[in-house]
Amino acid sequence: MGELSSVWRESSHRYRLVAHGCGNCKAVYFPPRDICPKCHRDSIGKMKEMELSGRGKIESFTVVHDVPPAFIRQRPYVLALIRLDEGPTLTAQVVDCDPSEVALGKRVRSVFRRVREDGKSGIIQYGYKFVLE
Amino acid sequence: MLKDGTDMSGIISYGSYIPKYRIKPDEIARVWGEDPENIRNGIYILSKSVPSPDEDVATISVEAARNAIKRRKVNPADIGAIYVGSESHPYAVKPTATIVASAIGADFRLFSADYEFACKAGTAGMQNVKAMVDSGMIKYGMAIGSDTSQGAPGDALEYSASAGGTAFIIGKEDPIAEINDTLSVTSDTPDFWRREGQPYPTHGERFTGEPAYFKHTIGAAKMIMERMKTKPEDYNYAVFHQPNGKFPTRAAKSLGFTEEQFSDGLLTPVIGNTYSGSMMTGLSAILDKASPGDRILAVSFGSGAGSDAFDLTVTDKMDEVDRNSAPTIKEMLSKVKWIDYAIYAKFKKKIVFGESVD
Repeated sequence: MGELSSVWRESSHRYRLVAHGCGNCKAVYFPPRDICPKCHRDSIGKMKEMELSGRGKIESFTVVHDVPPAFIRQRPYVLALIRLDEGPTLTAQVVDCDPSEVALGKRVRSVFRRVREDGKSGIIQYGYKFVLE
Repeated sequence: MLKDGTDMSGIISYGSYIPKYRIKPDEIARVWGEDPENIRNGIYILSKSVPSPDEDVATISVEAARNAIKRRKVNPADIGAIYVGSESHPYAVKPTATIVASAIGADFRLFSADYEFACKAGTAGMQNVKAMVDSGMIKYGMAIGSDTSQGAPGDALEYSASAGGTAFIIGKEDPIAEINDTLSVTSDTPDFWRREGQPYPTHGERFTGEPAYFKHTIGAAKMIMERMKTKPEDYNYAVFHQPNGKFPTRAAKSLGFTEEQFSDGLLTPVIGNTYSGSMMTGLSAILDKASPGDRILAVSFGSGAGSDAFDLTVTDKMDEVDRNSAPTIKEMLSKVKWIDYAIYAKFKKKIVFGESVD
């Protein structure tokens, strides 16, 4: 049930890339943070919700061959560190491509995909992945 | 039909999504020992779309909905209703519409439900939100038709059952296409069905033609033209439900439409049958190129059986919309990845693993 509640609690940032921008220093945080780690108490009450564009570039990536059982149909898959245009970096799968097409600096955009499912009768978790532009 | 033309509801924006992967009937025929020439000529399907292992009706619906929002910069908070029509919703109980609502950032105050009427559940949603807009219940309503349709291995449906979807935002404020009229026909016809818990549907083979597809599709088309006092030559475009490439072509020709009128909306030969997304995606392709003043006849068909007919006129507002601000159908048809039957079987979960694999 702990997992179920986190799927529900995190849906706005997993579904819509909702981040928090610090009203004090203008830094953008994803996943969202209630307090800016640079401005501390000065950021209280100044953190604002914002939806990220979902566009960015690949800063680093790895090709995963030894996959968890739930990812056998996607083997091998690409896991990348993506620097979003608004600043934050996140880790996500890059899908709908051959690993040979992926390269550092390539532009990507977010898509909405199934991330995992809890067996055949459990909840399906959706969220962001990326495709090459 | 609303009498006051200045207050007529219609399509505010539209968006589609077709998965990137494609398979050819030759490849399916090779595995099952059939003659690919018979398939190509018999049902006129040259390729079909295949969803990635991480795509389903919810993900396709969300992508189509986002494209519709992006194309006209619609504020999701103005969307008062979301209805998703499909026969392959990811959950038996838990609506796809709630996932779409959350993914586009719709308001908490929202009418929503999932619809099911074989391949016409999406157009039933269009009629529903149009009625809600016309009655003043909502400002905008979103209707989505989307499917990752199923065809049993070796069955004729395996050559056509594909994946894709389209979302229409319907409202009264400056529509890009007014809906002049809509009507439906319905009868209890057992041409195609899937029983609860069954992974693949069953079809009545030759019975799916005359008493089902043609009776309802042609019947609804004739009925709406009679009501609107129009003839086939009054329309610039016509689009019909497309279970294969042959049926809509035959229906269009028997009604008196020319190839010039129906070819732009005929997508099944290259993407297969997207079921609830079929006619709506054909209409989306027409809206990608239609000009102000163009008149469109659009007729869906759902097994079981029924048809929804729409008479639309493209307005001057179309010229103010940057149609390329969201992917066009042409763009989605140009960026494809071909797969063989083994990869297709893996993607479509026709290869069964143990419990730990989805």
